[in-house]
Amino acid sequence: MLNYLWAFMILIGIIVAAFEGNLDAVCEGLIASSKEAVELLFVMAGVVCMWNGMLYIANNSGLIDSLTKKMKPLLRIIFPNLPLEHKAASYICANFIANIMGLGWACTPTGIQAMKELKQLEIERGNNPQIASNEMCTFLLLNISSLQLIPINMIAYRSQYGSVAPIAVVGPALLATCCTTILAFLICKIMCRVSNHKTVGRGKIE
Amino acid sequence: MIKMLDFLSVCMIPLLIFCIVGSGVVNKRPVFEDFTEGATNGLKIIVEIAPTIIGLIVAVGVLRTSGALDLLSQWMKPLADLFSIPAELLPLSIVKMFSASGANGLLFDIFKEYGTDSVIGFSASVLLSCTETLFYTVSVYFMSVGIGKTRWTIPVGIVIAIFSLFLSVWVAGNNIR
Repeated sequence: MLNYLWAFMILIGIIVAAFEGNLDAVCEGLIASSKEAVELLFVMAGVVCMWNGMLYIANNSGLIDSLTKKMKPLLRIIFPNLPLEHKAASYICANFIANIMGLGWACTPTGIQAMKELKQLEIERGNNPQIASNEMCTFLLLNISSLQLIPINMIAYRSQYGSVAPIAVVGPALLATCCTTILAFLICKIMCRVSNHKTVGRGKIE
Repeated sequence: MIKMLDFLSVCMIPLLIFCIVGSGVVNKRPVFEDFTEGATNGLKIIVEIAPTIIGLIVAVGVLRTSGALDLLSQWMKPLADLFSIPAELLPLSIVKMFSASGANGLLFDIFKEYGTDSVIGFSASVLLSCTETLFYTVSVYFMSVGIGKTRWTIPVGIVIAIFSLFLSVWVAGNNIR
């Protein structure tokens, strides 16, 4: 899916550019965006390393385990088939907490560690590890639907652009975030149930 | 209220770091060694996600500079009118699926043109606050771990994005009028 999507973006972009006469802009765009990507990675590297270091401290000191214990009822509802003593559960918890607090790039290392552990879990279960499991899809969609309580960046942008009430966005944004998260959760529940048999079968054939 | 939120946003991260390092010290862990071990692993994560991010940003760059996104939002304008969604929000919600910085750029244009507290400006603020960047998250999380089949993640993500578009228009409309 991602392969097709990526190819589609590039091919459509070049075809449209050819018809619109923007090919020179695309040339510049290619160079500029690859440079932009590396610059982003450099900035990201520091922040990700810092948060991953903090994650290791929190993990080794038992802080995350105690939080995982507190979040057990919630995890059981969201991931009914996830063994809660598995390492994946604690990384998922850390990721949710980072998301709720709006830590931005701190979510990336926790999320990737959680994905790695979920993949490990699939190997343990004897499924094909290249296919996303129900837990992975649910985890990812909950990340996409945003769990952030206070949109700090948005408040800053709004006051920067002269808003009379930059904070006014907090309530509506919280309402909207809750709605999208609940929707994501419900759709995931349905999809897990509907597509269950097929994927188990497909996993074994491949 | 403003002061409280400001205070909260300023002290949240230092407080969190304090708790993490504090709990390490209380539990007699070699905290600095743990930290450096984690940071080393963080570098590995960056190396793992680097190709994905470069590929994704380049593809978004091609799509943006080619004018395909403008064309798409032009085509979809009648559809937006049909559901009484401001036409400016469509490109915003499409770009938001691919890149957060691109979406912020469009957001600032909307702020400059319509003002932050207009219905459009407010809907845009809510829209960008209630979802994350779909394709960035999917590609970074799945590709870097080596998962090829994403199953129903992307279709459901798009459904959520469409829902959040309607929701933010509705929320902003009812909040201001």
